[in-house]
Amino acid sequence: MSIFYSLLAITVLILIPIVGVGGLGWRYLFGVIIPYAAFGLFIIGIIYRILLWAKVPVPFKITTTCGQQKSLPWIKNSKLEAPPNSFWTAMRMSSEVLFFRSLFRNSKAQLKPGPKLVYGSGILLWLGAICFHYSFLVILIRHFRFFIGPTSKFIEIVSGLDSFFQIGLPILYITDLVILIALTYLLLRRFLSPQLKYISLAADYFPLFLLLCIALSGTTMRYFTRIDIVAVKELGMGLAGFHPVIPDNLSLMFFIHIFLVSSLIAYFPFSKLMHMGGIFLSPTRNMANDNRKRRHINPWNPKVEVHTYEEYEDEFREVMKNAGLPLEKEE
Amino acid sequence: MIRLKERLAAHKSNILKKWFDLIVDTYPYDSSKYLKNVKNRFGNPVGSTISMEIEKLYDELLGDMDSGKIFTSLDSIIKIRSVQEFTASEAVAFVFMLKSAALEQLRGDLKEEGMLADWLAFESRIDKLALQAFDSYADSRERIFDIRVREIRRKAELVMMDRINMPRRAKE
Amino acid sequence: MAKDKIAKPEELADGINYTPPKKDWFDPKVEFVRGRYNYASTPSGLEYLGLPNPRKWQPDQEDWKLPKDWQKIVLKGFKERLAKFRSFKIFMDICVRCGACADKCHFFLGSGDPKNMPVLRAELLRSVYRNDFTAFGRVLGKLAGGRELTVDVLKEWFYYFYQCTECRRCSVFCPYGIDTAEITMMARELLSLIGCTIDWITTPLANCYRTGNHLGIQPHGFKDSIEFALDDLYDLTGLKIEAPINKKGAEILFIVPSADYFANPHYFGFLGYLALFHEIGLDYTFSTYASEGGNFGLFHSHDMAKRLNAKMYAEAKRLKVKWLLGGECGHMWRVVHQYMDTMNGPADFLEEPISPITGTKFENAKSTKMVHICEFTSDLIYHNKIKLDPNRNNHWRVTFHDSCNPARGMGLLEEPRYILRSVCNNFYEMPEDTIREKTFCCGSGAGLGTDENLEMRLRGGFPRANAVKYVHDKHDVNLLTCICAIDKATLPALMDYWVPGVEVGAIHELVGNALVMEGEKRDTDFRGNRFIGPPEAQPKEGKENV
Repeated sequence: MSIFYSLLAITVLILIPIVGVGGLGWRYLFGVIIPYAAFGLFIIGIIYRILLWAKVPVPFKITTTCGQQKSLPWIKNSKLEAPPNSFWTAMRMSSEVLFFRSLFRNSKAQLKPGPKLVYGSGILLWLGAICFHYSFLVILIRHFRFFIGPTSKFIEIVSGLDSFFQIGLPILYITDLVILIALTYLLLRRFLSPQLKYISLAADYFPLFLLLCIALSGTTMRYFTRIDIVAVKELGMGLAGFHPVIPDNLSLMFFIHIFLVSSLIAYFPFSKLMHMGGIFLSPTRNMANDNRKRRHINPWNPKVEVHTYEEYEDEFREVMKNAGLPLEKEE
Repeated sequence: MIRLKERLAAHKSNILKKWFDLIVDTYPYDSSKYLKNVKNRFGNPVGSTISMEIEKLYDELLGDMDSGKIFTSLDSIIKIRSVQEFTASEAVAFVFMLKSAALEQLRGDLKEEGMLADWLAFESRIDKLALQAFDSYADSRERIFDIRVREIRRKAELVMMDRINMPRRAKE
Repeated sequence: MAKDKIAKPEELADGINYTPPKKDWFDPKVEFVRGRYNYASTPSGLEYLGLPNPRKWQPDQEDWKLPKDWQKIVLKGFKERLAKFRSFKIFMDICVRCGACADKCHFFLGSGDPKNMPVLRAELLRSVYRNDFTAFGRVLGKLAGGRELTVDVLKEWFYYFYQCTECRRCSVFCPYGIDTAEITMMARELLSLIGCTIDWITTPLANCYRTGNHLGIQPHGFKDSIEFALDDLYDLTGLKIEAPINKKGAEILFIVPSADYFANPHYFGFLGYLALFHEIGLDYTFSTYASEGGNFGLFHSHDMAKRLNAKMYAEAKRLKVKWLLGGECGHMWRVVHQYMDTMNGPADFLEEPISPITGTKFENAKSTKMVHICEFTSDLIYHNKIKLDPNRNNHWRVTFHDSCNPARGMGLLEEPRYILRSVCNNFYEMPEDTIREKTFCCGSGAGLGTDENLEMRLRGGFPRANAVKYVHDKHDVNLLTCICAIDKATLPALMDYWVPGVEVGAIHELVGNALVMEGEKRDTDFRGNRFIGPPEAQPKEGKENV
């Protein structure tokens, strides 16, 4: 059911520009207005979501320790896994954000009855995730050349590395291939593993379908239908400079691509894709394990009813006296 | 039974795999796939125990039917199944699943002269195993209740605390 | 003829289908079968603590006697907590259901019940969150993964959130650090708002609130227990030992979980502490008012945890001690390490802890001012302040179970191992994936260690037991040591069932055995086993241990 509805949603999303641009010729709407609106929604949405999270207090320091604490000087502290201070907490966060460290834990070598070492399927998930995210990043950087005038050195280097193998014409970007494979893998595992199928929701399939369609439409334009790059750049720079123009020779495929991208960025802040922002705020990972060294303040620390020693002694004075235990008050 | 045993030995890995799959399919669909990944002995104790022990049982069925070894292996599996979401019959049914698993591999062979008698002999070995599985199940359940009684008794000892809490006179 | 006689395999099964039907997890029906759930709270405990909706009921009854507007109460509580705990809000929002946690839960591994996958346990709550607190959910409902909060959903919450031991193993593997313990804590808070709690949590709470300890031992009973232990030590060592209680002006207030002085095998570890403190001449005191280190409040709600924990600092202040020392206990140390200072601090009336024997400054505890006994003892050993004869533990072949809270909520991994290596000769680690931060829970933590829940505990404890069995088979291990009172209470049952022949003990039991005390006369360990001396003195075959 979830798969069906996600597919349905994607089909509708593809049909909209086909009808809108191909049928009705609303090129300005799809080339300018919708992208602006989506971008606006993206920025506002992200700020809103982050503010919403940031405004919720962190009452307790609940670091998950995955290694030896810093205690006695002669015991080696595992700084990355049980960070003793903010610097190492930042390092721990970086290792999560840049290398997906916790996810990597899944792929530890395992002892097979044999004894033989095997690697669990966990490494595939880690690899798939790494490949997808980094390809996405590189592709994003590459796309900046459509929005800025003279292409920057940085983008050139990235694009140069990406097309390192110099295969095909137009030259193949490695990340285009990788992202397609990674996305297909991430989708297939949801289809094929009963466990994952069981837990997957429409909100899990939909973004994967959407990303896959974006990547497919993009690669089609680059490698097969041959988009007019000059026209795209004209549009992109116009949008970036706030004096949008719609060049004539933009294909329908381009409008589908840009509409799907608009859908993605408009959907982004309101979906699980925000996990990107969430990881920075995750209380089990973004705090040091220095609980007993530095006191953490709970801004709403509640007053609670306690059973005081005086009440306790009042109740048990007689038996305490008989047992010869010292008392605060004799009577 | 020699001829059938040869065939059973030759098809061992296929039959065991089928037997294992049938057993694991008694778990909820969404978990069974995971249980089938037996590479990780410590990450998947249920699946790997089943896989390890049915192989030992299979060897005994083709071998001397050493009752001590059979009991140890049966016990390892039954102990797990008797605390899981199974009734008594469901917990021991896995033994009979070997019949289906073996039959699937050997149906053709059984048409041969004299093989049917061998098969019946093999079946009665499986039946013997099944009876022992009942013993093992009863044993496991009894163990659970023993442990529970022990825990309750320990709790009762704590209840004796009321006596400890009783006020008494100061010590001389 | 033969051809006809041989049935096809599927016919052979004669219509019996062993494969359970495929189900959608949205269907919330749960069945309460005896042996697999905990009894409900009795009214008296709830009344004593002033907690909502005290009544007589049991989970297997159809009618849970909920308040009329229970839905409103729960949803209101939900909303409040979303605004108070960033952890909760974030964990509701960012899960991508990648499945990395799915096979990390001991209950899932032991039961095969898919709703024990941490991601799904959280989804039980998250589905209601989506339905009532997100824009998509309000509009799209079920399509956006939303579920309405019905009685069946509530029952499912009760079933599965009292089937999580808050061990945090899943949070180690989650790429976003989502911690199911945190989610379970919230769910239990919500359940307790309408009185759906379990007796094994609320009765100890009421006891502890009143008498200072979970068992309800009153001051004179506490004193008797200590004296009993001192008598035992006299019999075992020939030494007259003292243990001050409620002594003002002592340097250190020592707090242990109450099971240490009352239950078996905790007690042998307790004898170990007493012997050790006597030998080093520590100036310390016990307290009858703070006679419990454990804190079942953590299994109930943050407020309850705070109410019980308040006693530690209050008593330290009243007795004018310099700092606090804490015994072997798991969840006690989660509270002390991660909550106490925030909840009931600042402890500015205490001094930064310094070991009076070695002069070591416990820098890591300079704000909370409470030191773990393993930190304290390992420091003593490192500085050669005590004389140890590890041969006295030669009848034990030892492995160590990392208790969840010290491991994943504190990072106390090396200290106990250092002690073990110093006090015994035969120490064997369990496989790597089952120890340290990846340790498997005993399956009975967070208030689930009751006899009525035994079958569930045996399921949940199987992954741990399986690893013990490995070292038992391979290295003849016969003692499972740990530093948690719940472990010590529940692992014996687990071992009885899964790995007969393995006993459970405290680290400080082995310390006590190995400790060479001045003027002592003893030839047995605390359990009465005869010391067998160094290997060359041993008979070749068999172990002499009882």
